[in-house]
Amino acid sequence: MDLDIRTEEKNGQDILYVGGEVDAYTAPQLRESLKPLTEKDIPNVIVDLADVDYIDSTGLGIFIGALKSVNANEGSLKLIGLNARVKRLFSITGLDEVMDISEEREEAK
Amino acid sequence: MADSFSLMQEQYTKILKKYLEEKNETGLYHAQQFSKKVLENQISPEEVVSLHLDALEKYFPDLPQGVFDSFEFLLEVMMGYGMAYREHQSLRDKQKELETEINVAASMQQTFLPKEIPSVDALDVGVISVPASKMSGDYYHFIKDDNDCIGVAIADIIGKGVPAALCMSMIKYAMDSLPEQRLQPGALLDNLNRVVEQNVASNMFITMMYGSYDPRVHHFYYSGAGHEPGFYYHYDTDTFEELYAKGLVLGIKRDTTFREYHKKVEPGDFIVLLSDGVTECRTDDGFIEREELTRLIRKYKHLPAQEIVDNVFYQLEKLQGFQLRDDFSLIILRRKV
Repeated sequence: MDLDIRTEEKNGQDILYVGGEVDAYTAPQLRESLKPLTEKDIPNVIVDLADVDYIDSTGLGIFIGALKSVNANEGSLKLIGLNARVKRLFSITGLDEVMDISEEREEAK
Repeated sequence: MADSFSLMQEQYTKILKKYLEEKNETGLYHAQQFSKKVLENQISPEEVVSLHLDALEKYFPDLPQGVFDSFEFLLEVMMGYGMAYREHQSLRDKQKELETEINVAASMQQTFLPKEIPSVDALDVGVISVPASKMSGDYYHFIKDDNDCIGVAIADIIGKGVPAALCMSMIKYAMDSLPEQRLQPGALLDNLNRVVEQNVASNMFITMMYGSYDPRVHHFYYSGAGHEPGFYYHYDTDTFEELYAKGLVLGIKRDTTFREYHKKVEPGDFIVLLSDGVTECRTDDGFIEREELTRLIRKYKHLPAQEIVDNVFYQLEKLQGFQLRDDFSLIILRRKV
């Protein structure tokens, strides 16, 4: 089961639309798409997770890697459109306090 | 080897001749048996064609030369299969080698886990930890200090298999190198976080819950680093409450601090610690609800702690068709009535 990944550049922001389940098998695919965006000069990345119904800990690791990379390049990373299950994962792990996340997906419209 | 080949040659000639004379099912059965032997003796496909050609030359020397030539031709064609076959053989050998190495690593990993659970009079403790495959990403740890305080850690290392196992060894050694005297859960996680943060790849992290039970006053002090919430069972009201300690997972930010929580434990109350493999148990109908888990624990709560965790594991394993998708760890600490 592959992820459905699409990128879009809009007003100097890179928006990554992800669909599917992010687990140990699909995580490498997400990393490949996300990593180059976070390594730009002052990256500004938005990841739209509206079509993601499940993320496991490997998937979470990809976002942590992305956060570290964005911070190192003095940019920003925002995750939007999280469903309740995914939101809970970010909240339990305390990542909601170090990452910009939102259930809304206004920005992506 | 040469001997066994000539034996095979003899046998092939014999069964082929018999088949050509009688042309019955028994002959075909012999052919099947022969092909098993061929595989056992690692005889390549082109060698089988060569056996056939030899047999023809011996018993039907009068066949047109074209027939013999055609088998020479077939022999060439089969060479490719032979190469593929030998490659397959060598891959199989390599796979066996890898498997042996992983088995060694897996048994080494077992030594990271406590061999026995420390016992104190006041507590009834049950533990089960089962990896989804050979190597586990779940870790647990018990320590008893001079005051009979029991320290318990449960941790989930991101991912599964070998990388998780390697990371686990770091946690194990880091915990062993902490000062002997009892550490407050918050301070312990502060320390561990610094070790982990310096030593893991950017997309690795560890979640952990650490608790310390003081049997003199029956208090349970605990802190969490992004770990899956456990449960607290109140004996007097027969109710479950979520046991959660908010805190960032280990390995993200160097100067993270961890808040300490505490509970006064009454007789019969118990603490349930778990890994996300327990709550993320997935059946054909989707994920199980946390209520399903408390329902199961309640069902077995009259049993000793070890039997509760064993039974809950069995029931959840059954729900998943005896095929764990994630490492499974469940710990229960109960204050004896």
